[in-house]
Amino acid sequence: MSSMSRYITNVVRELPPSGIRKFFDLVTQTEGVISLGVGEPDFVTPWHIREACFYSLEKGYTMYTSNMGLLELREEIALYEQKKINVTYDPENEILVTVGVSEAVDLALRALVGPGDEVLIPEPCYVSYTPGTTLTYGKPVPLMTYEADEYRLRPDILEQAITPKSKVLILPYPTNPTGGIMKEEDLKALVDIIIKHDLIVLSDEIYSELTYEGEHVSIASFPGMKDRTVVFNGFSKAFAMTGWRIGYACGHPDIISAMNKIHQYTIMCAPIMSQQAAIEALRHGEGEMRKMVDNYNYRRKLMLSGFREIGLTCFEPRGAFYCFPSIKSSGMNSEEFCERLLQEEKVAVVPGNAFGQCGEGYIRCCYAASVSNIEEAIERMGKFLSRHKKG
Amino acid sequence: MKLEKKVLHLLERDAKLSPKTIATMLEEDEQKIIDIIKKLEDEKYILGYNTIINWERLGEDGVTAMIDVKVTPEREFGFNNVAERISRFPEVRCVYLMSGTYDLSVTVCCKTMKEIAWFVSHKLSTLEQVQSTTTHFVLKRYKQDDFLFEEPVTDKRLVVSP
Repeated sequence: MSSMSRYITNVVRELPPSGIRKFFDLVTQTEGVISLGVGEPDFVTPWHIREACFYSLEKGYTMYTSNMGLLELREEIALYEQKKINVTYDPENEILVTVGVSEAVDLALRALVGPGDEVLIPEPCYVSYTPGTTLTYGKPVPLMTYEADEYRLRPDILEQAITPKSKVLILPYPTNPTGGIMKEEDLKALVDIIIKHDLIVLSDEIYSELTYEGEHVSIASFPGMKDRTVVFNGFSKAFAMTGWRIGYACGHPDIISAMNKIHQYTIMCAPIMSQQAAIEALRHGEGEMRKMVDNYNYRRKLMLSGFREIGLTCFEPRGAFYCFPSIKSSGMNSEEFCERLLQEEKVAVVPGNAFGQCGEGYIRCCYAASVSNIEEAIERMGKFLSRHKKG
Repeated sequence: MKLEKKVLHLLERDAKLSPKTIATMLEEDEQKIIDIIKKLEDEKYILGYNTIINWERLGEDGVTAMIDVKVTPEREFGFNNVAERISRFPEVRCVYLMSGTYDLSVTVCCKTMKEIAWFVSHKLSTLEQVQSTTTHFVLKRYKQDDFLFEEPVTDKRLVVSP
Protein backbone atom coordinates (compact mmCIF):
# COMPACT_ATOMS: atom_id res chain seq x y z
CA MET A 1 0.00 0.00 0.00
CA SER A 2 1.50 3.35 -1.00
CA SER A 3 2.09 5.95 1.69
CA MET A 4 -1.13 7.92 1.52
CA SER A 5 -3.63 5.30 0.45
CA ARG A 6 -3.72 3.92 4.00
CA TYR A 7 -5.77 7.01 4.84
CA ILE A 8 -8.50 6.07 2.38
CA THR A 9 -11.50 4.35 3.96
CA ASN A 10 -11.84 0.63 3.40
CA VAL A 11 -15.12 0.93 1.58
CA VAL A 12 -13.66 3.31 -1.00
CA ARG A 13 -10.32 1.55 -1.31
CA GLU A 14 -12.04 -1.73 -2.03
CA LEU A 15 -14.49 -0.26 -4.53
CA PRO A 16 -13.42 -1.61 -7.93
CA PRO A 17 -12.67 1.09 -10.51
CA SER A 18 -15.13 1.27 -13.38
CA GLY A 19 -14.33 -1.34 -16.04
CA ILE A 20 -14.96 1.35 -18.59
CA ARG A 21 -12.20 3.56 -17.25
CA LYS A 22 -9.54 0.92 -17.92
CA PHE A 23 -10.71 0.56 -21.48
CA PHE A 24 -10.92 4.32 -21.96
CA ASP A 25 -7.18 4.66 -21.28
CA LEU A 26 -6.43 1.97 -23.82
CA VAL A 27 -8.52 3.66 -26.52
CA THR A 28 -7.03 7.12 -26.00
CA GLN A 29 -3.57 5.67 -26.62
CA THR A 30 -4.60 4.43 -30.09
CA GLU A 31 -4.79 6.71 -33.14
CA GLY A 32 -7.46 6.70 -35.83
CA VAL A 33 -10.07 4.81 -33.82
CA ILE A 34 -13.74 4.60 -34.80
CA SER A 35 -15.48 4.67 -31.47
CA LEU A 36 -18.75 2.89 -30.80
CA GLY A 37 -17.84 3.12 -27.13
CA VAL A 38 -19.54 6.36 -26.21
CA GLY A 39 -22.54 6.58 -23.92
CA GLU A 40 -24.02 9.84 -25.10
CA PRO A 41 -25.83 11.40 -28.09
CA ASP A 42 -23.80 12.49 -31.13
CA PHE A 43 -25.96 15.58 -31.46
CA VAL A 44 -24.96 18.87 -29.90
CA THR A 45 -27.70 20.38 -27.70
CA PRO A 46 -30.26 22.05 -30.02
CA TRP A 47 -29.38 25.68 -30.63
CA HIS A 48 -32.56 27.17 -29.17
CA ILE A 49 -31.75 25.51 -25.84
CA ARG A 50 -28.17 26.79 -25.85
CA GLU A 51 -29.44 30.22 -26.84
CA ALA A 52 -31.93 30.27 -23.94
CA CYS A 53 -28.99 29.66 -21.61
CA PHE A 54 -27.01 32.59 -23.08
CA TYR A 55 -30.04 34.80 -22.66
CA SER A 56 -30.48 33.83 -19.02
CA LEU A 57 -26.81 34.66 -18.39
CA GLU A 58 -27.24 38.02 -20.11
CA LYS A 59 -30.17 38.75 -17.85
CA GLY A 60 -27.99 38.01 -14.85
CA TYR A 61 -29.34 34.64 -13.72
CA THR A 62 -26.13 33.53 -12.05
CA MET A 63 -27.26 32.84 -8.49
CA TYR A 64 -28.41 29.90 -6.35
CA THR A 65 -31.92 28.62 -6.82
CA SER A 66 -34.09 26.98 -4.19
CA ASN A 67 -32.68 23.60 -3.17
CA MET A 68 -35.48 21.83 -4.95
CA GLY A 69 -34.78 23.74 -8.18
CA LEU A 70 -36.62 26.60 -9.91
CA LEU A 71 -40.35 26.26 -9.32
CA GLU A 72 -40.90 27.16 -12.98
CA LEU A 73 -38.83 24.13 -13.99
CA ARG A 74 -40.55 21.83 -11.53
CA GLU A 75 -43.91 22.93 -12.94
CA GLU A 76 -42.74 22.09 -16.45
CA ILE A 77 -41.46 18.71 -15.23
CA ALA A 78 -44.84 17.99 -13.61
CA LEU A 79 -46.62 18.74 -16.90
CA TYR A 80 -44.14 16.63 -18.84
CA GLU A 81 -44.39 13.58 -16.54
CA GLN A 82 -48.17 13.85 -16.48
CA LYS A 83 -48.20 13.65 -20.25
CA LYS A 84 -45.39 11.11 -20.55
CA ILE A 85 -46.23 8.52 -17.88
CA ASN A 86 -49.67 9.66 -16.76
CA VAL A 87 -48.66 10.24 -13.14
CA THR A 88 -49.33 13.57 -11.41
CA TYR A 89 -46.60 15.03 -9.22
CA ASP A 90 -46.95 18.17 -7.13
CA PRO A 91 -44.20 20.60 -8.16
CA GLU A 92 -44.14 21.97 -4.61
CA ASN A 93 -42.94 18.86 -2.82
CA GLU A 94 -42.78 15.84 -5.10
CA ILE A 95 -40.08 16.91 -7.57
CA LEU A 96 -36.38 17.51 -6.91
CA VAL A 97 -34.05 18.92 -9.57
CA THR A 98 -30.60 17.33 -9.40
CA VAL A 99 -27.17 17.37 -11.03
CA GLY A 100 -28.03 14.67 -13.53
CA VAL A 101 -29.80 11.40 -12.77
CA SER A 102 -26.50 10.19 -11.30
CA GLU A 103 -26.91 12.52 -8.34
CA ALA A 104 -30.57 11.61 -7.94
CA VAL A 105 -29.74 7.88 -7.80
CA ASP A 106 -27.04 8.54 -5.21
CA LEU A 107 -29.41 10.65 -3.09
CA ALA A 108 -32.14 8.02 -3.20
CA LEU A 109 -29.76 5.21 -2.26
CA ARG A 110 -28.35 7.25 0.63
CA ALA A 111 -31.81 8.23 1.82
CA LEU A 112 -33.27 4.72 1.60
CA VAL A 113 -30.49 2.17 2.06
CA GLY A 114 -28.68 1.53 5.34
CA PRO A 115 -26.17 -1.10 6.48
CA GLY A 116 -27.31 -4.57 5.46
CA ASP A 117 -30.30 -3.44 3.39
CA GLU A 118 -30.47 -5.29 0.13
CA VAL A 119 -30.79 -3.53 -3.21
CA LEU A 120 -31.99 -5.63 -6.12
CA ILE A 121 -30.26 -4.66 -9.36
CA PRO A 122 -31.08 -6.20 -12.76
CA GLU A 123 -27.88 -6.78 -14.72
CA PRO A 124 -26.34 -6.01 -17.17
CA CYS A 125 -26.95 -2.41 -16.16
CA TYR A 126 -25.43 1.03 -15.92
CA VAL A 127 -22.27 1.13 -13.82
CA SER A 128 -23.29 3.25 -10.83
CA TYR A 129 -26.04 1.35 -8.98
CA THR A 130 -23.79 -1.30 -7.42
CA PRO A 131 -21.03 1.02 -6.13
CA GLY A 132 -23.70 3.51 -5.02
CA THR A 133 -25.24 0.77 -2.88
CA THR A 134 -21.87 -0.32 -1.51
CA LEU A 135 -21.09 3.25 -0.46
CA THR A 136 -24.19 3.32 1.75
CA TYR A 137 -23.14 -0.02 3.28
CA GLY A 138 -26.08 -1.71 1.63
CA LYS A 139 -25.82 -5.04 -0.11
CA PRO A 140 -26.15 -5.08 -3.91
CA VAL A 141 -28.00 -8.18 -5.13
CA PRO A 142 -27.62 -8.73 -8.88
CA LEU A 143 -30.67 -10.05 -10.73
CA MET A 144 -29.73 -11.84 -13.93
CA THR A 145 -31.49 -10.87 -17.12
CA TYR A 146 -31.03 -12.79 -20.33
CA GLU A 147 -30.83 -12.26 -24.05
CA ALA A 148 -33.52 -14.95 -24.49
CA ASP A 149 -35.90 -12.76 -22.42
CA GLU A 150 -34.79 -9.64 -24.31
CA TYR A 151 -33.20 -8.52 -21.03
CA ARG A 152 -36.56 -8.05 -19.33
CA LEU A 153 -36.63 -8.67 -15.60
CA ARG A 154 -38.53 -11.93 -15.04
CA PRO A 155 -40.89 -12.08 -12.05
CA ASP A 156 -39.59 -15.51 -10.97
CA ILE A 157 -36.01 -14.21 -10.87
CA LEU A 158 -37.10 -11.22 -8.80
CA GLU A 159 -39.09 -13.31 -6.37
CA GLN A 160 -36.30 -15.83 -5.85
CA ALA A 161 -33.84 -13.08 -4.91
CA ILE A 162 -36.07 -11.44 -2.29
CA THR A 163 -35.16 -11.89 1.39
CA PRO A 164 -36.50 -10.18 4.51
CA LYS A 165 -33.71 -7.62 4.05
CA SER A 166 -34.70 -6.67 0.50
CA LYS A 167 -35.67 -3.02 0.45
CA VAL A 168 -35.07 -1.42 -2.92
CA LEU A 169 -35.52 -2.61 -6.50
CA ILE A 170 -33.81 -0.71 -9.27
CA LEU A 171 -35.64 -0.71 -12.61
CA PRO A 172 -33.43 0.91 -15.24
CA TYR A 173 -35.54 0.60 -18.40
CA PRO A 174 -34.89 1.23 -21.29
CA THR A 175 -31.54 -0.21 -20.33
CA ASN A 176 -27.99 0.82 -20.94
CA PRO A 177 -26.14 -1.33 -22.16
CA THR A 178 -28.61 -3.77 -23.75
CA GLY A 179 -31.36 -1.54 -25.17
CA GLY A 180 -33.95 -3.81 -23.53
CA ILE A 181 -37.31 -2.35 -22.47
CA MET A 182 -40.13 -3.42 -20.17
CA LYS A 183 -43.56 -3.35 -21.77
CA GLU A 184 -46.74 -2.76 -19.83
CA GLU A 185 -47.44 -6.48 -19.33
CA ASP A 186 -43.84 -7.12 -18.21
CA LEU A 187 -44.12 -4.45 -15.52
CA LYS A 188 -47.59 -5.61 -14.50
CA ALA A 189 -46.16 -9.03 -13.71
CA LEU A 190 -43.82 -7.42 -11.15
CA VAL A 191 -46.30 -5.16 -9.37
CA ASP A 192 -47.86 -7.73 -7.02
CA ILE A 193 -44.45 -9.04 -5.96
CA ILE A 194 -43.20 -5.52 -5.28
CA ILE A 195 -46.24 -4.68 -3.15
CA LYS A 196 -46.30 -8.04 -1.35
CA HIS A 197 -42.67 -7.63 -0.29
CA ASP A 198 -42.98 -3.92 0.46
CA LEU A 199 -40.19 -2.85 -1.90
CA ILE A 200 -39.35 0.68 -2.98
CA VAL A 201 -38.65 1.01 -6.71
CA LEU A 202 -36.04 3.34 -8.14
CA SER A 203 -37.12 3.67 -11.76
CA ASP A 204 -34.34 5.18 -13.87
CA GLU A 205 -36.15 6.37 -16.99
CA ILE A 206 -33.40 8.51 -18.51
CA TYR A 207 -33.72 6.70 -21.85
CA SER A 208 -37.54 6.74 -21.89
CA GLU A 209 -37.84 9.07 -24.89
CA LEU A 210 -35.63 6.71 -26.85
CA THR A 211 -38.24 3.95 -27.07
CA TYR A 212 -38.66 2.79 -30.66
CA GLU A 213 -41.62 0.46 -30.43
CA GLY A 214 -44.75 1.41 -28.58
CA GLU A 215 -44.85 3.97 -25.78
CA HIS A 216 -42.68 3.98 -22.71
CA VAL A 217 -44.59 2.82 -19.61
CA SER A 218 -43.50 3.62 -16.05
CA ILE A 219 -44.05 1.27 -13.12
CA ALA A 220 -45.19 4.37 -11.17
CA SER A 221 -48.35 4.48 -13.26
CA PHE A 222 -49.75 1.19 -11.87
CA PRO A 223 -52.29 1.33 -9.04
CA GLY A 224 -50.56 1.38 -5.64
CA MET A 225 -47.15 2.08 -7.16
CA LYS A 226 -46.84 5.87 -7.22
CA ASP A 227 -45.94 6.25 -3.53
CA ARG A 228 -43.43 3.42 -3.54
CA THR A 229 -41.65 4.48 -6.73
CA VAL A 230 -39.09 7.20 -7.27
CA VAL A 231 -38.97 8.11 -10.96
CA PHE A 232 -35.70 9.50 -12.31
CA ASN A 233 -35.43 11.33 -15.58
CA GLY A 234 -33.34 14.05 -17.09
CA PHE A 235 -32.31 15.93 -20.18
CA SER A 236 -29.05 14.25 -21.18
CA LYS A 237 -30.33 11.64 -23.57
CA ALA A 238 -33.59 13.01 -24.99
CA PHE A 239 -32.35 16.58 -25.50
CA ALA A 240 -28.64 15.82 -26.04
CA MET A 241 -27.66 17.68 -22.86
CA THR A 242 -25.18 15.33 -21.15
CA GLY A 243 -22.65 18.01 -20.23
CA TRP A 244 -25.26 20.25 -18.61
CA ARG A 245 -25.66 17.73 -15.76
CA ILE A 246 -29.34 18.24 -15.16
CA GLY A 247 -31.91 15.68 -14.08
CA TYR A 248 -34.63 15.15 -11.51
CA ALA A 249 -36.42 12.76 -9.20
CA CYS A 250 -40.19 12.51 -8.65
CA GLY A 251 -41.71 10.67 -5.73
CA HIS A 252 -43.53 10.70 -2.42
CA PRO A 253 -42.95 13.97 -0.48
CA ASP A 254 -41.36 12.07 2.44
CA ILE A 255 -38.75 10.49 0.18
CA ILE A 256 -38.15 13.61 -1.88
CA SER A 257 -37.69 15.73 1.25
CA ALA A 258 -35.22 13.16 2.67
CA MET A 259 -33.28 13.27 -0.59
CA ASN A 260 -33.42 17.05 -0.54
CA LYS A 261 -31.88 17.05 2.93
CA ILE A 262 -28.73 15.38 1.57
CA HIS A 263 -28.85 17.45 -1.62
CA GLN A 264 -28.93 20.75 0.30
CA TYR A 265 -25.83 19.89 2.32
CA THR A 266 -23.80 18.47 -0.55
CA ILE A 267 -24.87 20.19 -3.78
CA MET A 268 -27.10 23.08 -2.66
CA CYS A 269 -28.80 23.27 -6.04
CA ALA A 270 -28.32 22.31 -9.67
CA PRO A 271 -26.61 25.07 -11.72
CA ILE A 272 -29.13 27.77 -12.59
CA MET A 273 -28.00 28.04 -16.23
CA SER A 274 -28.69 24.35 -16.74
CA GLN A 275 -32.08 24.74 -15.11
CA GLN A 276 -32.94 27.65 -17.42
CA ALA A 277 -31.90 25.58 -20.43
CA ALA A 278 -34.01 22.67 -19.16
CA ILE A 279 -37.10 24.90 -19.02
CA GLU A 280 -36.54 25.82 -22.67
CA ALA A 281 -36.06 22.14 -23.57
CA LEU A 282 -39.38 21.14 -22.00
CA ARG A 283 -41.29 24.10 -23.42
CA HIS A 284 -40.02 24.10 -26.99
CA GLY A 285 -37.73 21.11 -27.46
CA GLU A 286 -40.10 18.38 -28.55
CA GLY A 287 -39.76 18.93 -32.31
CA GLU A 288 -35.96 18.72 -32.31
CA MET A 289 -36.09 15.79 -29.93
CA ARG A 290 -38.43 13.80 -32.20
CA LYS A 291 -36.05 14.40 -35.12
CA MET A 292 -33.14 13.06 -33.09
CA VAL A 293 -35.13 9.99 -32.03
CA ASP A 294 -36.07 9.23 -35.67
CA ASN A 295 -32.45 9.54 -36.56
CA TYR A 296 -31.33 7.10 -33.86
CA ASN A 297 -34.00 4.69 -35.01
CA TYR A 298 -32.62 4.66 -38.59
CA ARG A 299 -29.15 3.96 -37.29
CA ARG A 300 -30.42 1.31 -34.88
CA LYS A 301 -31.72 -0.67 -37.84
CA LEU A 302 -28.50 -0.11 -39.76
CA MET A 303 -26.31 -1.42 -36.96
CA LEU A 304 -28.54 -4.34 -36.09
CA SER A 305 -28.76 -5.53 -39.68
CA GLY A 306 -25.01 -4.99 -40.15
CA PHE A 307 -24.17 -7.17 -37.13
CA ARG A 308 -26.48 -9.91 -38.27
CA GLU A 309 -24.89 -9.82 -41.73
CA ILE A 310 -21.40 -10.39 -40.34
CA GLY A 311 -22.68 -13.26 -38.24
CA LEU A 312 -23.07 -11.74 -34.78
CA THR A 313 -26.25 -12.77 -32.99
CA CYS A 314 -27.97 -9.73 -31.57
CA PHE A 315 -31.42 -9.33 -30.07
CA GLU A 316 -33.29 -6.31 -31.37
CA PRO A 317 -32.83 -3.43 -28.93
CA ARG A 318 -36.04 -1.42 -28.59
CA GLY A 319 -34.73 1.44 -26.50
CA ALA A 320 -31.69 3.63 -25.67
CA PHE A 321 -28.96 3.80 -28.35
CA TYR A 322 -27.01 0.60 -27.96
CA CYS A 323 -26.77 -2.82 -29.56
CA PHE A 324 -25.54 -5.64 -27.35
CA PRO A 325 -24.42 -8.46 -29.65
CA SER A 326 -23.02 -11.79 -28.48
CA ILE A 327 -19.37 -12.40 -29.35
CA LYS A 328 -19.35 -15.99 -28.13
CA SER A 329 -18.75 -17.28 -31.67
CA SER A 330 -15.26 -15.73 -31.53
CA GLY A 331 -14.21 -17.94 -28.64
CA MET A 332 -12.85 -14.89 -26.82
CA ASN A 333 -14.09 -13.31 -23.63
CA SER A 334 -15.45 -9.75 -23.76
CA GLU A 335 -12.30 -7.95 -22.67
CA GLU A 336 -10.01 -9.94 -24.93
CA PHE A 337 -12.37 -9.36 -27.86
CA CYS A 338 -12.49 -5.61 -27.27
CA GLU A 339 -8.74 -5.25 -26.79
CA ARG A 340 -7.89 -7.22 -29.91
CA LEU A 341 -10.56 -5.52 -32.00
CA LEU A 342 -9.07 -2.20 -30.96
CA GLN A 343 -5.49 -3.26 -31.72
CA GLU A 344 -6.19 -5.06 -34.97
CA GLU A 345 -9.04 -3.05 -36.52
CA LYS A 346 -9.10 0.18 -34.50
CA VAL A 347 -12.74 -0.09 -33.52
CA ALA A 348 -13.64 0.73 -29.92
CA VAL A 349 -16.57 -1.06 -28.29
CA VAL A 350 -17.18 -1.67 -24.59
CA PRO A 351 -16.84 -5.13 -23.00
CA GLY A 352 -20.22 -6.34 -21.74
CA ASN A 353 -18.85 -7.47 -18.39
CA ALA A 354 -18.25 -3.80 -17.48
CA PHE A 355 -22.02 -3.80 -16.84
CA GLY A 356 -22.12 -6.85 -14.59
CA GLN A 357 -20.88 -10.42 -14.80
CA CYS A 358 -23.81 -11.61 -16.90
CA GLY A 359 -22.66 -9.20 -19.62
CA GLU A 360 -19.71 -11.53 -20.24
CA GLY A 361 -19.73 -12.80 -23.80
CA TYR A 362 -21.29 -9.59 -25.12
CA ILE A 363 -20.15 -6.15 -26.24
CA ARG A 364 -21.90 -2.79 -26.10
CA CYS A 365 -21.92 -0.82 -29.33
CA CYS A 366 -23.41 2.67 -29.47
CA TYR A 367 -25.17 3.70 -32.67
CA ALA A 368 -25.07 7.42 -31.83
CA ALA A 369 -22.35 7.59 -34.50
CA SER A 370 -22.36 8.76 -38.11
CA VAL A 371 -23.76 6.41 -40.76
CA SER A 372 -20.36 6.21 -42.45
CA ASN A 373 -18.63 5.34 -39.17
CA ILE A 374 -21.19 2.66 -38.37
CA GLU A 375 -20.77 1.09 -41.80
CA GLU A 376 -16.98 1.28 -41.67
CA ALA A 377 -16.90 -0.17 -38.12
CA ILE A 378 -19.12 -3.08 -39.12
CA GLU A 379 -16.93 -3.84 -42.12
CA ARG A 380 -13.83 -3.88 -39.93
CA MET A 381 -15.57 -6.07 -37.35
CA GLY A 382 -16.58 -8.45 -40.13
CA LYS A 383 -12.94 -8.83 -41.16
CA PHE A 384 -11.92 -9.33 -37.56
CA LEU A 385 -14.55 -12.02 -37.03
CA SER A 386 -13.70 -13.98 -40.16
CA ARG A 387 -10.06 -14.10 -39.01
CA HIS A 388 -11.00 -15.29 -35.54
CA LYS A 389 -13.96 -17.55 -36.06
CA LYS A 390 -13.81 -20.33 -33.50
CA GLY A 391 -13.06 -23.83 -34.88
CA MET B 1 -46.03 8.96 -50.53
CA LYS B 2 -45.04 8.39 -46.87
CA LEU B 3 -42.09 6.16 -47.72
CA GLU B 4 -41.06 8.49 -50.56
CA LYS B 5 -40.96 11.38 -48.12
CA LYS B 6 -38.77 9.43 -45.71
CA VAL B 7 -36.34 8.68 -48.54
CA LEU B 8 -36.32 12.34 -49.56
CA HIS B 9 -35.61 13.51 -46.00
CA LEU B 10 -32.68 11.12 -45.72
CA LEU B 11 -31.26 12.13 -49.11
CA GLU B 12 -31.73 15.81 -48.38
CA ARG B 13 -29.41 15.48 -45.41
CA ASP B 14 -26.91 13.21 -47.14
CA ALA B 15 -27.11 12.56 -50.88
CA LYS B 16 -24.31 9.99 -50.64
CA LEU B 17 -26.42 7.44 -48.73
CA SER B 18 -26.57 4.28 -50.82
CA PRO B 19 -29.92 2.66 -51.64
CA LYS B 20 -28.75 -0.34 -49.61
CA THR B 21 -28.14 1.80 -46.50
CA ILE B 22 -31.47 3.59 -46.93
CA ALA B 23 -33.23 0.25 -47.37
CA THR B 24 -31.73 -1.05 -44.13
CA MET B 25 -32.57 2.11 -42.21
CA LEU B 26 -36.19 2.00 -43.34
CA GLU B 27 -36.49 -1.80 -43.20
CA GLU B 28 -37.38 -1.98 -46.88
CA ASP B 29 -36.18 -3.98 -49.83
CA GLU B 30 -33.15 -2.48 -51.62
CA GLN B 31 -34.72 -2.83 -55.08
CA LYS B 32 -37.81 -1.01 -53.84
CA ILE B 33 -35.66 1.93 -52.69
CA ILE B 34 -33.78 1.97 -56.02
CA ASP B 35 -37.12 2.11 -57.84
CA ILE B 36 -38.43 4.87 -55.59
CA ILE B 37 -35.34 7.03 -56.10
CA LYS B 38 -35.50 6.51 -59.85
CA LYS B 39 -39.17 7.45 -59.90
CA LEU B 40 -38.51 10.57 -57.80
CA GLU B 41 -35.74 11.55 -60.19
CA ASP B 42 -37.81 10.82 -63.30
CA GLU B 43 -40.75 12.79 -62.01
CA LYS B 44 -38.45 15.67 -61.02
CA TYR B 45 -39.16 15.54 -57.30
CA ILE B 46 -35.40 15.15 -57.06
CA LEU B 47 -33.98 17.81 -59.38
CA GLY B 48 -30.34 16.93 -58.91
CA TYR B 49 -27.49 16.41 -56.47
CA ASN B 50 -24.71 18.83 -55.77
CA THR B 51 -21.84 19.33 -53.39
CA ILE B 52 -21.24 22.19 -50.99
CA ILE B 53 -17.62 23.22 -51.35
CA ASN B 54 -15.58 25.71 -49.40
CA TRP B 55 -13.81 27.21 -52.44
CA GLU B 56 -12.36 30.03 -50.36
CA ARG B 57 -10.20 27.48 -48.55
CA LEU B 58 -8.73 26.45 -51.89
CA GLY B 59 -7.88 30.06 -52.62
CA GLU B 60 -10.44 30.34 -55.41
CA ASP B 61 -11.56 33.96 -55.64
CA GLY B 62 -15.01 33.69 -57.21
CA VAL B 63 -17.45 36.53 -56.64
CA THR B 64 -21.09 36.16 -55.67
CA ALA B 65 -23.63 38.95 -55.85
CA MET B 66 -27.25 39.14 -54.79
CA ILE B 67 -29.14 41.50 -57.02
CA ASP B 68 -32.50 43.04 -56.11
CA VAL B 69 -34.43 43.54 -59.32
CA LYS B 70 -37.57 45.63 -59.84
CA VAL B 71 -39.53 44.50 -62.88
CA THR B 72 -42.73 45.42 -64.66
CA PRO B 73 -45.07 42.45 -64.62
CA GLU B 74 -46.67 41.49 -67.94
CA ARG B 75 -50.31 40.91 -68.67
CA GLU B 76 -51.14 37.16 -68.64
CA PHE B 77 -47.66 36.16 -67.45
CA GLY B 78 -47.05 38.29 -64.33
CA PHE B 79 -43.44 37.86 -63.29
CA ASN B 80 -42.96 34.39 -64.75
CA ASN B 81 -41.69 35.25 -68.21
CA VAL B 82 -39.02 37.62 -67.09
CA ALA B 83 -38.00 35.42 -64.13
CA GLU B 84 -37.60 32.41 -66.42
CA ARG B 85 -35.65 34.48 -68.88
CA ILE B 86 -33.24 35.67 -66.19
CA SER B 87 -32.93 32.10 -64.89
CA ARG B 88 -31.53 30.92 -68.22
CA PHE B 89 -28.26 32.81 -67.87
CA PRO B 90 -25.66 30.25 -66.74
CA GLU B 91 -24.06 32.68 -64.25
CA VAL B 92 -27.41 33.01 -62.44
CA ARG B 93 -27.58 30.49 -59.57
CA CYS B 94 -30.89 31.34 -57.87
CA VAL B 95 -33.95 33.39 -58.76
CA TYR B 96 -36.70 34.07 -56.23
CA LEU B 97 -39.86 36.19 -56.44
CA MET B 98 -39.93 38.29 -53.28
CA SER B 99 -42.48 40.23 -51.28
CA GLY B 100 -41.47 43.76 -50.28
CA THR B 101 -39.70 46.65 -51.96
CA TYR B 102 -38.38 44.78 -54.99
CA ASP B 103 -39.60 41.84 -57.05
CA LEU B 104 -36.87 39.36 -57.94
CA SER B 105 -33.83 38.33 -55.94
CA VAL B 106 -31.14 37.05 -58.32
CA THR B 107 -27.96 35.37 -57.12
CA VAL B 108 -25.07 35.51 -59.59
CA CYS B 109 -21.66 33.83 -59.42
CA CYS B 110 -18.76 34.94 -61.62
CA LYS B 111 -14.95 34.90 -61.54
CA THR B 112 -14.52 38.65 -61.05
CA MET B 113 -16.48 41.72 -60.01
CA LYS B 114 -16.01 43.05 -63.55
CA GLU B 115 -17.85 40.08 -65.00
CA ILE B 116 -20.77 40.66 -62.65
CA ALA B 117 -20.82 44.36 -63.50
CA TRP B 118 -20.85 43.44 -67.19
CA PHE B 119 -23.68 40.94 -66.65
CA VAL B 120 -25.78 43.54 -64.81
CA SER B 121 -25.18 46.36 -67.26
CA HIS B 122 -25.33 44.38 -70.50
CA LYS B 123 -27.68 41.49 -69.82
CA LEU B 124 -29.92 42.18 -66.87
CA SER B 125 -30.63 45.93 -66.97
CA THR B 126 -31.22 45.85 -70.68
CA LEU B 127 -34.21 43.52 -70.44
CA GLU B 128 -37.20 45.63 -71.23
CA GLN B 129 -39.23 44.59 -68.15
CA VAL B 130 -36.39 45.44 -65.75
CA GLN B 131 -36.88 48.84 -64.12
CA SER B 132 -33.92 48.94 -61.77
CA THR B 133 -31.29 46.80 -60.04
CA THR B 134 -29.39 47.02 -56.75
CA THR B 135 -26.30 44.80 -56.53
CA HIS B 136 -24.95 43.47 -53.21
CA PHE B 137 -21.64 41.63 -53.25
CA VAL B 138 -21.14 38.74 -50.86
CA LEU B 139 -18.12 39.40 -48.64
CA LYS B 140 -17.98 36.14 -46.73
CA ARG B 141 -20.02 32.96 -46.42
CA TYR B 142 -20.73 31.66 -42.93
CA LYS B 143 -23.39 29.05 -43.51
CA GLN B 144 -24.88 27.49 -46.59
CA ASP B 145 -27.46 24.69 -46.85
CA ASP B 146 -26.95 23.68 -43.21
CA PHE B 147 -23.14 23.69 -43.32
CA LEU B 148 -21.01 26.08 -41.32
CA PHE B 149 -17.94 27.33 -43.19
CA GLU B 150 -15.73 28.47 -40.36
CA GLU B 151 -16.01 25.82 -37.75
CA PRO B 152 -15.14 22.27 -38.75
CA VAL B 153 -17.54 19.90 -37.03
CA THR B 154 -15.58 17.66 -34.70
CA ASP B 155 -16.74 14.97 -32.31
CA LYS B 156 -15.96 16.44 -28.91
CA ARG B 157 -17.19 13.42 -26.94
CA LEU B 158 -14.95 11.21 -24.81
CA VAL B 159 -14.11 8.12 -26.87
CA VAL B 160 -15.48 5.75 -24.25
CA SER B 161 -18.00 6.61 -21.56
CA PRO B 162 -20.49 4.69 -19.43
